[in-house]
Amino acid sequence: MAKRSAPEVNAGSMADIAFLLLIFFLVTTTIEKDSGINRKLPPIEETEEDVIIKQKNIFTVLLNGKDQLLVEDELMEIKDLRAAAVEFLDNNGDKSCTYCNGAKDPSSSDNPDKAIISLKNERETSYAAYISVQNELVAAYNVLRNKRALELGSQQGFLDMDFVQMQKNFKDARFVGNKTKLKEVIDQIKLEYPQKLSEVQ
Amino acid sequence: MSKFKKKTDGGIPAISTASLPDIVFMLLFFFMVATVMRENSLKIKNALPVANQVEKLDKKNPVSYIYMGKPSAGYEKFGTESRIQLNDQFAELSEVGAFISAERAALREELIPFLTVALKVDREANMGIVSDVKQELRKVNALKINYTTGVGDAMTNMN
Repeated sequence: MAKRSAPEVNAGSMADIAFLLLIFFLVTTTIEKDSGINRKLPPIEETEEDVIIKQKNIFTVLLNGKDQLLVEDELMEIKDLRAAAVEFLDNNGDKSCTYCNGAKDPSSSDNPDKAIISLKNERETSYAAYISVQNELVAAYNVLRNKRALELGSQQGFLDMDFVQMQKNFKDARFVGNKTKLKEVIDQIKLEYPQKLSEVQ
Repeated sequence: MSKFKKKTDGGIPAISTASLPDIVFMLLFFFMVATVMRENSLKIKNALPVANQVEKLDKKNPVSYIYMGKPSAGYEKFGTESRIQLNDQFAELSEVGAFISAERAALREELIPFLTVALKVDREANMGIVSDVKQELRKVNALKINYTTGVGDAMTNMN
C-alpha cells in the first residue's frame, strides 16, 4: 500500500484566533487589589458603661482636618509616629511585663495589655492621611510582635521567623512544619501584645 | 542596477511566522490567569492609597465591596463631593444597611458571620463619609472591615 501523507492543516489563522482571545482578555483585565488593612469595628453596645482608664495608659493620636498630627498633645510628623507608639506600648511602667524592653517610665503605659492607642480624626481629614496613620500604628504593633516572635520562635523551633512571616506561613498550604504549634505561638504573641486601637467618633 | 536586482530575485526567505501563535498564546495565558472580571463598573474616582502593613484579603470568605470617591468624568451631575457607590450605582448613606442585608441574604447561613466589607476609598476622599459608612456598618453589625490599599510606602500618600 502506498502511504499517502496526511495533508497539512493550515495553521495560519491560529494566530488570528489567539489574537482575538488575547485582545478580549486584555480589555477585560483589571488586576484587582486585594490587600489591605483589616480592622474590626466595635459593636454598638446598649449599656453605656464607662470604663475608667488611667490617662497614662492612653496614647492619643489626633489627626485634624488639615492632616496635621497631634500625638499626646504635641505636633508630630507621621514618620516619627511608629517609634513613638512602640516606645509607648513597650514601656512597661509597672514592671509586670517580663518580655518588654521599654524604659519603665512610671508616667507612661503600665504594660502592653493595658496600653490603648486612641485615634481621633475629624471629618475633613483626608483618607490618605488616615491610612498612613493606621499603617504606622499597625506597623508599631508589628515591630513589637516581630521582635517577640524572633525570641519565642527560637525556643519553639521556628528559627528566623518574624510575626508577619509566621502568619504568612500559617496560611500557606505548602508550609512544612507543625502548624498547631505555630498557631499556639502566634496566639501567644497576639495575647502578649494585644492590638488595642480605639477610634473615637 | 540590474546586478543588484538579480540577487534579490534569488529571494530573501520569508520570515517564519510559525512561532507567532506561540508568543500570542503565551501572552493570552498570562492575561487569562491574571484576569479578574470586573464586578462593578466604577462611576467614581478610585485611586487607592498605599500602605505597607497589609494583609491579603481572604477570598475564601465572602467579601462585599463599598466604593467611595468623587464622581468621575461624565458623572459630574452627581456633584463634586465624594459619594458612595454600591454595586453599579450611586447610593445614599441610608442604603448601606440595606445593601449589607441584601449581601447577607445571598450567602449561605454559616458564612454570614465571616462576611468582610472591603472599603475601597479614593485617597482624596475625606474621613467624614468613611466615618458615616463605618457607623452604618456598626448599626447592621457588619464589623469585619478591610481598608483596601495598594502596596507601597505609606509616606507617599500625602503628596
